[in-house]
Amino acid sequence: MYIVIAGGGKVGANIARSLIAMQHEVTIIEQRRDRFLQLEGEFGHAAMLGDATEIAVLERAGIARPPDLVLAVTGDDEDNLIISQIAKEGYGVQKAIARVNDPRNQQHFDLLGITQTVCATSGLLGLVEHEVPEHGLVRLLELRREGLEVVEVQVDADSPAAGKRVAGLALPEGSRLVSVMRNGVAEIAVGETVIRPGDQVVAILKPGAEDKLRRALVG
Amino acid sequence: MNALIIGCGRVGSAVAKALAGEGWNVTCVDEDEEALSRLGSWKGGFVVGHGMETDILDEAGAGEAHAAVVATDGDNSNLVVGQILQRRYGIGCVIVRVLDPARADFYAKLGLRTVCPTQTAISTVTEAVIACQPADLERAQV
Repeated sequence: MYIVIAGGGKVGANIARSLIAMQHEVTIIEQRRDRFLQLEGEFGHAAMLGDATEIAVLERAGIARPPDLVLAVTGDDEDNLIISQIAKEGYGVQKAIARVNDPRNQQHFDLLGITQTVCATSGLLGLVEHEVPEHGLVRLLELRREGLEVVEVQVDADSPAAGKRVAGLALPEGSRLVSVMRNGVAEIAVGETVIRPGDQVVAILKPGAEDKLRRALVG
Repeated sequence: MNALIIGCGRVGSAVAKALAGEGWNVTCVDEDEEALSRLGSWKGGFVVGHGMETDILDEAGAGEAHAAVVATDGDNSNLVVGQILQRRYGIGCVIVRVLDPARADFYAKLGLRTVCPTQTAISTVTEAVIACQPADLERAQV
């Protein structure tokens, strides 16, 4: 695959290293000269000096080929948005993945049609929530384009689902149980699976069904 | 009519004063509260904050604005904020200042009203040179 990476900080450089090791063709664009020189030392001609939000710079990086994938991973959300938009709408790049630095800007990426985003802060927050079980439903994964999310919930002794078979639960429309984790062992949830207190249940659902699912499982 | 000005520098503040003089109800947004001093005796609105923050845009009345001018010193910020005002707040008349001619042109094709002072300067300067008469082009003895 041909992959253009915009932004040569820690994120961009590490992704470039991994992709090159996987035999992909990579161009990594960095505008700070000191960082660029470091990247050039490691990646040679795959490193390019320039502002990746400039159309001429993107063209020199081969945006018109077009690349199979563009990764916009600079430290500026505005820049990542503009790079992704130019790639997709100007050059027909099929896949652009953008880094979201400030989770409050996620809504702007959604609004402007940049559907594939990665936000380290939101991801970390998800992990923190995972460690705090009283939150109820923990979001493990969001499949934006598919309109689905994967959540986890801990069932307690007083939860309505405790002691019931999966087939006997009144789950909301658009949701399904995937697995049940008990004593560190995960099992695929089938109709006959009995939910026990202490179980961690993973479910897949359409956004909007969270509250109903929470009520059905843990009250 | 309500106008929203994002970025109250030399361009933004002058546009704000001109529109207010035309009877518009104008609110300015700038990250620096010192920018208010550029407006002189200002009777319009002024909000301190960044145009990427929807709380700030809400407070500045983006929901009721009929026109918006985005003229901060960052092209990419301007382009993003301009699109937010257009798509999220439904403002039909959004004018975005973009210094890079290539990006101004690209986003104009995507339906944003971009104004590029650099392109204006290039054209004006080129025309001024071409407009020089043969007499002007003669070299003087120095």
